[in-house]
Amino acid sequence: MKIGIDVGGTNTDAVLIDGSEVLAGVKSPTMSDVGQGITGSLRRLQSAYSFDPADVDAVMIGTTHFINALVEAERLAPTAAIRLGLPATGGLPPFVGWPARITEALHALPYMCHGGHEFDGREISPINHDEIRRAAQDAVTKGARSFAISSVFSPVNSEFEQMAAEIINAEFPELPVSLSNEIGRVGLLERENATIINAALRELSADVCSSLDQSLLALNIHAPLFLSQNDGTLMDVDFARKYPVATFASGPTNSMRGAAYLSGLKDCIVVDVGGTTTDVGVLQSGFPREAATEIEVAGIRTNFRMPDVLSVGLGGGSRIRFDSGVTVGPDSVGYRVTEDALVFGGKTLTATDIMVAAGDAEIGDPGRVSHLDPSMVKAAKDEIHRRIAETVDRMRTSSDLVPVVAVGGGAFLVPEQMACASDVARPGHSGVANAIGAAIAQVGGEVDRIFAIPAGKREEVLDQARGEAISKAIAAGAKASTVQIVEIDELPLAYLPGNASRVRVKAVGDLPASK
Amino acid sequence: MSFYLSLDDVPDLARGAAILGTGGGGDPLIGRLLVEECLKNGKKIEILDPTELDDDDFVISTAMMGAPTVVVEKVPAGTEAVLSLRALEKHLGKTADATIPMECGGLNSMIPLVVAAEAGIPVVDGDGMGRAFPELQMETFGVYGVSGSPLAVSDENGHTCIVDTGQDNQRMETFARAVTIKMGGAAYIAEYPMSGADVKRTAIRNTVTLALNIGRTLRKAKDKHLDPLAELSAFLKDTIYGHGTVLMRGKVVDVERFVRDGFTQGFAAVESFDGGDEMRIQFRNENVIAHKNGAVVAIVPDLITIVDVDLGTPITSEALRFGQRVAVYGISTPAIMRTPEALQVFGPQAFGLHEPWVALEQLSAAR
Repeated sequence: MKIGIDVGGTNTDAVLIDGSEVLAGVKSPTMSDVGQGITGSLRRLQSAYSFDPADVDAVMIGTTHFINALVEAERLAPTAAIRLGLPATGGLPPFVGWPARITEALHALPYMCHGGHEFDGREISPINHDEIRRAAQDAVTKGARSFAISSVFSPVNSEFEQMAAEIINAEFPELPVSLSNEIGRVGLLERENATIINAALRELSADVCSSLDQSLLALNIHAPLFLSQNDGTLMDVDFARKYPVATFASGPTNSMRGAAYLSGLKDCIVVDVGGTTTDVGVLQSGFPREAATEIEVAGIRTNFRMPDVLSVGLGGGSRIRFDSGVTVGPDSVGYRVTEDALVFGGKTLTATDIMVAAGDAEIGDPGRVSHLDPSMVKAAKDEIHRRIAETVDRMRTSSDLVPVVAVGGGAFLVPEQMACASDVARPGHSGVANAIGAAIAQVGGEVDRIFAIPAGKREEVLDQARGEAISKAIAAGAKASTVQIVEIDELPLAYLPGNASRVRVKAVGDLPASK
Repeated sequence: MSFYLSLDDVPDLARGAAILGTGGGGDPLIGRLLVEECLKNGKKIEILDPTELDDDDFVISTAMMGAPTVVVEKVPAGTEAVLSLRALEKHLGKTADATIPMECGGLNSMIPLVVAAEAGIPVVDGDGMGRAFPELQMETFGVYGVSGSPLAVSDENGHTCIVDTGQDNQRMETFARAVTIKMGGAAYIAEYPMSGADVKRTAIRNTVTLALNIGRTLRKAKDKHLDPLAELSAFLKDTIYGHGTVLMRGKVVDVERFVRDGFTQGFAAVESFDGGDEMRIQFRNENVIAHKNGAVVAIVPDLITIVDVDLGTPITSEALRFGQRVAVYGISTPAIMRTPEALQVFGPQAFGLHEPWVALEQLSAAR
């Protein structure tokens, strides 16, 4: 049996899964103490379906905790960023372009040292041990409690970052060091930013991970604990302690992966309807399509692997008005829908009320909406359907009709038929798709590097990259026989000799099921 | 007229420069951040109208040369292009009174601004391409008789090379590129040393303010929820470019890229939203020709830019991907770039195309 938990901003969902069967799913409010909240969810799950803690093989958690800590600029550790690249890169020091609110919150301490590599692996300048030692000592004197190290072209050659980490570890063995080559891809500033964010969250992640461990122990669950990452794969709790930034976009990823699991579809569009917004994403081979452009998080430019999700302000709690024609939202009663909507005895006409009046949903008391004018109900329903269909169409990647899976508490807002959809599925348990997505997550390995591709050797180079990605997935805990390549991306680089190409390969596999 | 660039101008200028980058020219972001750092540090950047140059003023063009992908990783020290300027001044025994962009599209719209801030000289409001092109000889400066070399090329280590190929600007391009690759794939140059009179005779005028105003127009359209491209067309009417038009709106249905002769080449296919029309845009770093249902609708040196259909945000050739909802937008290039001698240097044949050049506005009228 596996337990999946999704800790959202408002609700914490938990599910118990046995093989391919969903045994139970529960929703409870998220608590400020994450450990307590999890313990509460597990107790609730236990009363929904009594299980023996010894039968639990693994617990998977998706959490918005870390991204929220950044957005709210709370509980960030004082952080030093040491960049290796001089004499290059000096024009744009670490933290360039960051919002002052966040640099103040984490006591930003930028340092630039010699080092770095060229695109073809040559050194920009040799690393200087004393220079790095002095920077680290200065930072600690000024209060730094965490280090972020970046080096130019470290995705091509990471040795300088590793050397710098050794120098700092020797001086300050108790302080965490985050290395950019382990966190981001090509694009120095974006990768460095992600690394700094990671470094600033290291203290929090140590606390949260311990708290999660303890909440499982409180229920006598001794199974391994995993956290879900942005790309729908898992990390164990020790990895999460070191790489909290990898959890940032796990929410939408989990809901998409859960939708794939519930519907049995691997290539489809997922519509996740909540109280306030509808998130639409695309699944390709069972994994979310990633956003192509850089993404700003809390005003900081990064290049995290984020799912490509289109959000519209339309949900079960959206207010409906009939002033001049019908308007749906953009304001919403959000999670208060179960109190404020007419069908629940409230005073606000919401999208949920419209669907109940139209006979498309059986929620609350339909008698409370029977007075609504049928033509107005139809107009509002048509508008809701039109907006959802348009959003789905915007995410469609070919002119072929595409299967759609509707999940989330407001899935009944999604029309039965859309011009762009071959079919609209509304699987059971779709309200807790997030937690199911966490419960079924796999482990992955990725290579993202610039390779020289000599004429006629392309397949050989790609094979090498595939082999590395597979080894990384296995090292992350995947069962070797289940590992497969799910993504290969090649980007030729202009002007460079030797036909240099940036190659990105991702492999994923299942965790071994012990029982 | 001359003016000093403000911090608020920089994002608009970068956005406009990306439109004029026509798919290539590199993402101006790194350049934008460099310029913003200069201004935040109290340095001044004066944009000088070409009419205010004296005939015997001495002007040197400055730029980044090489792979934009290297620049996003090996971020500049910010001193490289100034170093090239100084090396060329020393070589020629003359101090520059101003610098000028060789290219107003993409990243290179920004490098001369950094040079100006560091060297304390103004930037002439104009350039030699009026857009982005992939090679150094593709300059109105050269078309109208200015020699590109001697050229200085520098890296972040303070190393400098002087390339002097006399009147042969094509060979200058080849030599400078070889040095650039040895310098790590991105280097910074000072070239086309010329007099104020030469600038006034050979430059495309006021393209810095053009880029700034294009960016401003798009931003204001977005703030007011107006169609950004309709606003852009209305704005371009009163400029030396004159004509800007949406060639098609639709979805990217295919992208192919390969590297040949050191350039990213390939094409993008866009299908109109009703599925009735298909457009094929060929690129060689920059977009060079657009066919709609088999007929040419725009051809280099006229500008072809692909933008996000809703926001008008430009999409570079490297960022193009299947499924994007885009508008393909054409802009007429100014008259100075359409003479027979200009077309010989950067017309269709210079990009290996067999189609003859026909003005965008004529092609638009025939549609």
